[in-house]
Amino acid sequence: MADIVKLTIDGREIQAEKGKLLIEVARQNGIEVPAFCYHEDYTLQAACRMCLVEIEKTPKLQVGCTTPVAEGMVVRTDSDIVKKSRKGMVEFLLTNHPLDCPVCDKGGECELQDMTFRYGAGESRFLERKIHTDEKQWSPVVYFDAPRCILCYRCVRACNEGMGVGALGVGNRGAISEIVPNHGDHLECDECGLCIDICPVGALTSGAYRYQTRPWEMEHVGTICTHCADGCKTTLGVRNDEIIRGNNRDRSGINNEFLCVKGRYAFDFTKHPERLQSPMMKTEKGYEPISWSQALEVVSTKFSEAKARGGKFGVIGSNHTTNEENFFLAKFARQGLGTNNIDHHRTGDLATFFDALSGKTDPLATTHDVYSAKAVLVVGADLAQQHPFLSFQARANFRHHNAHIYAVTSGPVREDNQAVASVRVQKGGELAGVESLRDKLKAEGDLVIVFGDSVQGDALRKLVAFGDSLGIPVKYVCLVDYSNSRGAFDMGVIPRDGGMSREQMLAATDLDVLWVVGSNPLKSAAIASKQAFVVVQDLFMTETARQADIVLPSASAYEKSGTVTNVCGEVQRLKQAIKVMGTKTDLEIFGQLAKEMGLNLGIWLPDKVFEEIRKTVHGYGVSPALLAMGPVPTRPLNGRVAALPGAIQSSGDTLFTSGSLTPYSEILNNVMEAPGKLYGGQGQ
Amino acid sequence: MTFSPQLEERFAKMLTRYPEGRTRSAVIPMLMYAQDEVGAVTKELIEEVARRCKVTPLQVDEVVGYYSMLHRKPQGKFHVQVCTNISCLLVGGEELYEHAKKKLGVGHKQTTADGQFSLEEVECMGACSWAPAVEINYDFHHFVTPEKLDQLIDDLRKAGLRKAQ
Amino acid sequence: MAKQLYNQPSPLETRVVSKNFAIEGSETLDVYLANDGYKAFRKAREMTPEAIVEEVKTSGLRGRGGAGFPTGLKWSFVPRNSPKPRVIVVNADESEPGTCKDRLLMEYDPHQLIEGILIAGLAVDAHKGYIYIRGEYRYLIDEMDRAIDEAYAKGYLGNNVAGTGFQFDLCTHSGAGAYECGEETALLDSIEGKRGIPRMKPPFPAVAGAWALPTLLNNVETFSAIPAIIRDGGAAFAALGTPKNGGTRLVCISGHVNKPGVYELPLGFPMMKAIYEVAGGIPGGKKLKAVVPGGSSCPILRADECDIPMDYDTLAKVGSMLGSGGMVVLDETTDMVRFALRIMKFYAHESCGWCIPCREGTTWLKKILQRFYEGQGRREDISMLGELSKNMLGRTFCALGDAAALPTISIVEKFTEDFEVYLARQEVMV
Repeated sequence: MADIVKLTIDGREIQAEKGKLLIEVARQNGIEVPAFCYHEDYTLQAACRMCLVEIEKTPKLQVGCTTPVAEGMVVRTDSDIVKKSRKGMVEFLLTNHPLDCPVCDKGGECELQDMTFRYGAGESRFLERKIHTDEKQWSPVVYFDAPRCILCYRCVRACNEGMGVGALGVGNRGAISEIVPNHGDHLECDECGLCIDICPVGALTSGAYRYQTRPWEMEHVGTICTHCADGCKTTLGVRNDEIIRGNNRDRSGINNEFLCVKGRYAFDFTKHPERLQSPMMKTEKGYEPISWSQALEVVSTKFSEAKARGGKFGVIGSNHTTNEENFFLAKFARQGLGTNNIDHHRTGDLATFFDALSGKTDPLATTHDVYSAKAVLVVGADLAQQHPFLSFQARANFRHHNAHIYAVTSGPVREDNQAVASVRVQKGGELAGVESLRDKLKAEGDLVIVFGDSVQGDALRKLVAFGDSLGIPVKYVCLVDYSNSRGAFDMGVIPRDGGMSREQMLAATDLDVLWVVGSNPLKSAAIASKQAFVVVQDLFMTETARQADIVLPSASAYEKSGTVTNVCGEVQRLKQAIKVMGTKTDLEIFGQLAKEMGLNLGIWLPDKVFEEIRKTVHGYGVSPALLAMGPVPTRPLNGRVAALPGAIQSSGDTLFTSGSLTPYSEILNNVMEAPGKLYGGQGQ
Repeated sequence: MTFSPQLEERFAKMLTRYPEGRTRSAVIPMLMYAQDEVGAVTKELIEEVARRCKVTPLQVDEVVGYYSMLHRKPQGKFHVQVCTNISCLLVGGEELYEHAKKKLGVGHKQTTADGQFSLEEVECMGACSWAPAVEINYDFHHFVTPEKLDQLIDDLRKAGLRKAQ
Repeated sequence: MAKQLYNQPSPLETRVVSKNFAIEGSETLDVYLANDGYKAFRKAREMTPEAIVEEVKTSGLRGRGGAGFPTGLKWSFVPRNSPKPRVIVVNADESEPGTCKDRLLMEYDPHQLIEGILIAGLAVDAHKGYIYIRGEYRYLIDEMDRAIDEAYAKGYLGNNVAGTGFQFDLCTHSGAGAYECGEETALLDSIEGKRGIPRMKPPFPAVAGAWALPTLLNNVETFSAIPAIIRDGGAAFAALGTPKNGGTRLVCISGHVNKPGVYELPLGFPMMKAIYEVAGGIPGGKKLKAVVPGGSSCPILRADECDIPMDYDTLAKVGSMLGSGGMVVLDETTDMVRFALRIMKFYAHESCGWCIPCREGTTWLKKILQRFYEGQGRREDISMLGELSKNMLGRTFCALGDAAALPTISIVEKFTEDFEVYLARQEVMV
């Protein structure tokens, strides 16, 4: 029970926890204390001096951002001298700041504009020459305009502390101080764009967004990023049915201000010119566009025929379609087509995972647990590459709470910089490395173990047994890739009850139908059956689509509503941002196909399907009201789970690749960093 | 990158002087001494110092621009620093500086074409009671008049350095 | 045989820290030992740390770098029972315009400084010391290195200082040209290998300073005064000065005087006497116009304000500071606009850039003064100089902002007529 102190701010008596920062206490009580450099997630600076307030019995004004509240403190934030001080600071800042508003991207959402309107003077008294340097480009994404920079150092802290990259520094001295990139004239970094979004002014701007629009011309849609499994919220700025930008400036979602380059910028695949916008049929002359009614007729006829003569179906589902789509597809396969041959690219051994956890209370870690646990153990994974948000959480946990980080990996990883102990092992030898940390881990208050795909099957069971043997509360994160691998598993897009795995389907010479939804298995494997009728639903003509008989253009995650489940089992809602002409959502395609085939599989609206999911899928009985507000953790099946056939392998994606979307994102292709090379970790 | 044996010895000692894991402390002194030998703080030197002090090149680069005595371009063989701050100002420091500009034919932070001399208008160098003061490389000169400065420069053109009088 | 010092000594001096300056070979350990060297250390070795600190408190010694904080009190802030090792850091960054005294202490009596550091080590149980010397003083870094090597060789540093079993290691550390690094927390960042940016206080250096260790940081002259204080007792030192302003200090007299130089004068010495008797008065018999009492960071004094004793409290009472001891004398020919401009040029150049008011304020003030000096000034500029300075005063992250604002405000207010001269000249030209 923390000490409560009573203090007075602007004549109001306020109660607050002793030792909390004055600026926080004021803001929480609706009293505005302006600041540029203060950011509650990063080290305190007291550099901008905007938060100077009057405190009785101190001769000088005091900064609110580093002053802890104390009993009996009397504070004034609205007195003349405080107003004068704020006006003076804004005036000083505007002496060298160029009047670029008409051409500056930040106009309309600029904190300096806001501060000037509120606290500054209406006219300038500055007659002298401003210091000018030219704008610089530091990477395809990052532009830097030094005259606009107010030297709040948020970008430096975000990059160094938040991201753990440290690609930005401060050079020179005095009024010519300047933010400098780590390679003299350019940046080599994660290209996450956090520096751009955290910049209060237009000093750092995005190469992908600049000069295109004004913030008030866009509609902002908050949805879940479609790339990795972390499930970060990305707010897409949409204008005229086109996504112009993505960011998380409102700091909502599980990810606060964090987004990686994919979450922020790699939405551009949605408008790639090669985007499929019409169903295609394979003919002797190549692929010809056909109408939807034609396509659906062909497919439904083929499916019905195959079903009638007891033919063999193979259904390969997607790692990034919604839960509703996965649920419907699984139903389609089992009830509609009468087959158990349904699978997806499994990137983590969830079957063994849930089986091993059977009977435990609350063994799954949420993304918040990675931030709040006393200790975090990373096994066989380079989080900074494949799960950058989890990496961010662990690092923030270390920064804010002095959490103990441990890493057992085959190469150096970014977590080494914060780790209590790092153990290097051969891939597959992780358990021995984990065992070597037993004494240290035993002494922790609680532990979250995050592990990658090299811990599967027996090794996974041993890992859980290890966790049990520590005698402390342990939670787990079984890493999977792509935005909805958990959802695919949970909804049953898996070959249980004797169904064929992906590999088996592709190897079956007697396969009659192969139905591939949002997946690209034929990139690295061949289909054995010569007579199989191949239907592919996807965004682009992938390697698999180029072997299809019928290709159906589907909508991406940014073009539909529904739910997805992240790597920690948290369900979140997607919100449709745009519509691409000619495409249909996968759910719509399933529904219309079912209708053509005369199957009764239920209403194919996302909300209705989710209702069914809530009722029938174990652990998904979540409150829709809660889901509307944020992520809701799901509980795994609390019972034995049968082993599944087939291989489990991580996608091996990095910050700059995203499965089959990679070639279609100009941003990811323009960014020149060698994936994984700079920070150690080759992607486990 | 390697340095002269004396400098290597100095660096080796430097790295042991600071608390465990705090070799970053050696960055600035290393840059100062290496600069004398290398001629300027080059990109190569930054990377070498970063490597030896176990910091990133960015962390070394940050300090180069902050400290007045670290320079990225080579100075003249004799770097003439003339103080024009208050004590020197009162007894002709600014006039002395203007005179130096004419004598050497270069301006602030510029080097003569033959690379022999460079000039800098500097802040107080700690010779206020014996002003006007001039520092040439690391040698102090007190009560410097334009004539005395001319003599110093001419003598240096011939050879050697004179100690502070 | 008389050694050639940088200036002739004055018979009005009271030599305590400078008592060995004129002795031939004063920089060598043998000469130092022959002149009371290490008597204080041996005495301190027999005292308790508390007793040493008490003695320093009694002496009334106040920081000689500029801030004038009571030294004994500062020493008592260092927690002796901290689990982290304590460390001594000597501020030899001496960059305050008008100041040139620490130079002499290191050149003429390095072993006195070393002895003072050792005694401080005894007082706070520290066994490691660093002397941060400004980069321009390279010859003094060499000189201190030589003296330190000498001390090690003869057993006055290392594992068994003066055979008393006390262990202490000392070394120099070079700066690289930055006035702000004279600010104690910026110095600590600099010694850690970073840009010299000041730190938030708390934590104070005494608790978490260099490398987050408890640090005792003082000016060269402050440490140099310690041997005399321990040797002859704090009370004797105190008695040389005035109540609460004990002892003597090295005063650097410069500017328009016949005998500029560094003179050791007791605290409370009359300023006029210093100007006219110690420094030989103003050349050409010109009239006194103004005095910068303790380095450019102090509010300037008009001639009619200078008939005062020079100690911390008196200078504070008249609205200025004793500061670093850099006393600059300005005669009637001084153009105060030009003087104010040069001061602001210095601060704008040296501002570390961390906080908005100092970085932007000094630059703006410099540009206004530059424009004024070049004959493009307006009447409004005069009041604006004062107003902008006051927007900086007390609102910056460290004292550099105040150091820029205070002299400017004082010059604009006390010498408005000099600014009027410029305006009048402009009107004539129009």
